[in-house]
Order: sequence, then C-alpha cells, then structure tokens
Amino acid sequence: MYEFKYHRPGTVRQAANLLVKNEDAKVIAGGHTLIPVMKQRLASPPHLVDLSHIEGLNTIEMKGRSLVIGATARHAEVAGSAIVGEAIPALANLASQIGDPAVRHKGTIGGSLANNDPTADYPAAVLALGATIVTNKRRLKAEEYFQGLFSTALEADEIITKVMFPLPKKAAYIKFRNQASRYALVGVFVARRPSDVRVAVTGAGSEGVFRVEAFEEALKKRFASKAIEGIEVPAEGLNSDIHGSAEYRAHLIGVLTRRALDAANAKG
Amino acid sequence: MAKISLIVNGNPVTANVDPRTLLVQFLRENLHLTGTHVGCDTSQCGACVVHLDGKAVKSCTTLAVMADGHEVKTIEGLAADGAPLHPMQEAFREHHGLQCGFCTPGMIMTAIDIVHRKGHELDDHTIREELEGNLCRCTGYQNIVTSISAGAKAMAKSDLA
Repeated sequence: MYEFKYHRPGTVRQAANLLVKNEDAKVIAGGHTLIPVMKQRLASPPHLVDLSHIEGLNTIEMKGRSLVIGATARHAEVAGSAIVGEAIPALANLASQIGDPAVRHKGTIGGSLANNDPTADYPAAVLALGATIVTNKRRLKAEEYFQGLFSTALEADEIITKVMFPLPKKAAYIKFRNQASRYALVGVFVARRPSDVRVAVTGAGSEGVFRVEAFEEALKKRFASKAIEGIEVPAEGLNSDIHGSAEYRAHLIGVLTRRALDAANAKG
Repeated sequence: MAKISLIVNGNPVTANVDPRTLLVQFLRENLHLTGTHVGCDTSQCGACVVHLDGKAVKSCTTLAVMADGHEVKTIEGLAADGAPLHPMQEAFREHHGLQCGFCTPGMIMTAIDIVHRKGHELDDHTIREELEGNLCRCTGYQNIVTSISAGAKAMAKSDLA
C-alpha cells in the first residue's frame, strides 16, 4: 500500500469539501473493496475520506412507498433489518449472501454501488427494482447510474448518501456464487413492479450489470418461470474465464431466472 | 503519521501510526498481540478475525486509523493470564478443535460472534454456514463444529461473554 492521508469528516458537506480540496482523494466506508485494491497497489489515492463516522448516514427507513437505505448501512444491517425484511425481503436476502459474516459487518451498500464491481450483488437489485441513487448533488436513476465495468455516473466530488427503492409487488434474488470468492458467478434479480417486470443480471456481463429484455417482455404477459421457457440468452458479451465460459453463464442466467421467478411467486 | 486512541482488550492504547497500517499489523507489531494471525491477507481465510465494537471483523482489511475511538478485542482478551480459559477456548481444547492451531484464534473469535448473534443452541448446519469466512487447512472442520456447539452451550453458564 502506498502512503495516504486519512480524513474523518463529521458531515457529508465536510466530506465533499475534502474531495474538492484534495485531488484524487477516495471515499472509504467499510473498506472491503478499496483496502484490498490498495494493498495490491492497483489504487493509490493520496487521501482517504472516511464516511463511516457521519451520523445518520446508515439510517434504514420507510418514506412513503419507498424503502430508503443510507449509504453507510452495512450488509449485516440490511440483512438483519426488520424494515427491509418487511418491505423487500429479497433485498435482505441478497445482503445476507454477500461475502461472509465478518465482511458483512464492514461492507456498505454505498461502497458496493460506488465501486460497481461487475460481480457485486447490489447492482442487480438496484437495477431490477428501479431504485434511485441519491447523492449530495442530485438523484440518479439506476439506468443512468451504471455505466459499465467499475464505472458509474458519480463525479469525483460526488458522494452517495442514500438509495431509494420503490416497493415491488414481488421480487427474488438467486445467486450462483463462486465457491472461493463468494462473488456472483451469475446473480439474477427479478422484480414484478406495479408498471413492469425487470430482470437484472450481475456477474455475467462484460460491461457489468444488465437487463434481459427478452425475458422482461415475456414476463410482462405472465410472471412465471414457464413464460421464459425456450428463450435463449446469447453468450455474446458475457464473461468467459477460468470459473465459467460465456456459454455456461448464458445457461445459468436462464436457470437462475426461472428459480428466481419460482421463489418470487412462492412468497405469494 | 496519525495519532490514534483505542481500547484494546479493555486497556486504553494511544499510538502514532502510519495511516496505511492495517489493524492486524498494529496489534501484532505495535502491541505485540501475536495471537491474531495473518493468513491469506485477502479477507478470505479469517485467521485475522478480531472483535471491533463487539462484532467479528477481518483485521487484515481494516486500517488501524479506522479503529481510532473504537474498542477491539483479540484472542488474548478472552481470559486473563493464568485464569481459566474462556468457555469457547476450553471447548476447542476439550474437543480437539485444532491441529496446527494457525486458524484457531480466528475460529474462536468468529465462534463467539456467532453465539452473540445466534444464541447458545446452534445446529451443525448453522455453524458450518457461519464459518464460511474462516478456513482451516488441517482438520476438515468436524471437530471445530463440535467445539463451537459445545462452547456455545458452555457460554450460557459462564460470566465470560
């Protein structure tokens, strides 16, 4: 790890000022992606701005018909939250599958989304549920937020403060995880929303999280695993590595989507 | 350098550290608490697990400066020198929950965290699921699971948390 200066602001405004003042500064909260990357010297920010002591930034609450999760809410907090469990159980279930218990005690939803790892779990939920990413500057729709591999619409001095999830009628997340890393080899989040159906896939796409429109079209007519039988997902544009070929991932997308649909319907 | 003040195993500690010092380095090299181990150094194996504000975390993936103002408990903090072992340590001894012992401090700190979250009556499936972030290369886990099950029950009757 290269040298850096550590800052611990007490408010989002202070944090944003530190980002403006210090070029190439990075935000840290749980540190479970950034610290490993810094250890490998793949990142060498000269300044770290720690958000984890900003009061109220980890609040989980219902606001109208939306579930609002603060940026520094840790995976264990989301997984164990009665509010999340009541509002969107699929989201609590997703959080309970990230990493391992010790990782879940540190990692945050804001960190996962800011990093936009192509194998992370939260991006699938945010895209499928049509969530809004709220920052210190503006509100970003999921569709405009994710911009490819480790890439987002966030500006250099922009900080995620919370994520707003509109409540779906039904939802489920099924993950086929890499046994060693616990990251998603493929993860599929299906959501039946009041206006449409969304199927978002993580782990498989070479450009990060994406939606399967062919599935969505078929599911709009009938929200059931039978509705997508026979629809093939093309392997083109999917990741191929030692863990699985693009064809294998394409196959898994179909299998996991059907399982997710069954799970979503089983919950009634 | 950054000045940090924290509580380690009940004792206040103040030190000047390079901000890039990992919590595990700080514990081992500054405080000479070498019970916390570095295994994989990539947040996967769990040999470095300590409690930060009462919760199991991987100290190889935590900066010492991030623990400033917080409370850390390591394997050395479970029982005083010469005093009887913590019930979870005693269970690992009694049930041979280790061979080489390298992963054991992390296993025990994780085991106690499991009891704090899941209670004293743990079935084997729960224990195995909860141990997904702790790797042992010798035992095949059988006796670790037995130890944790017994240690969890014993903790119900003990004053040591």
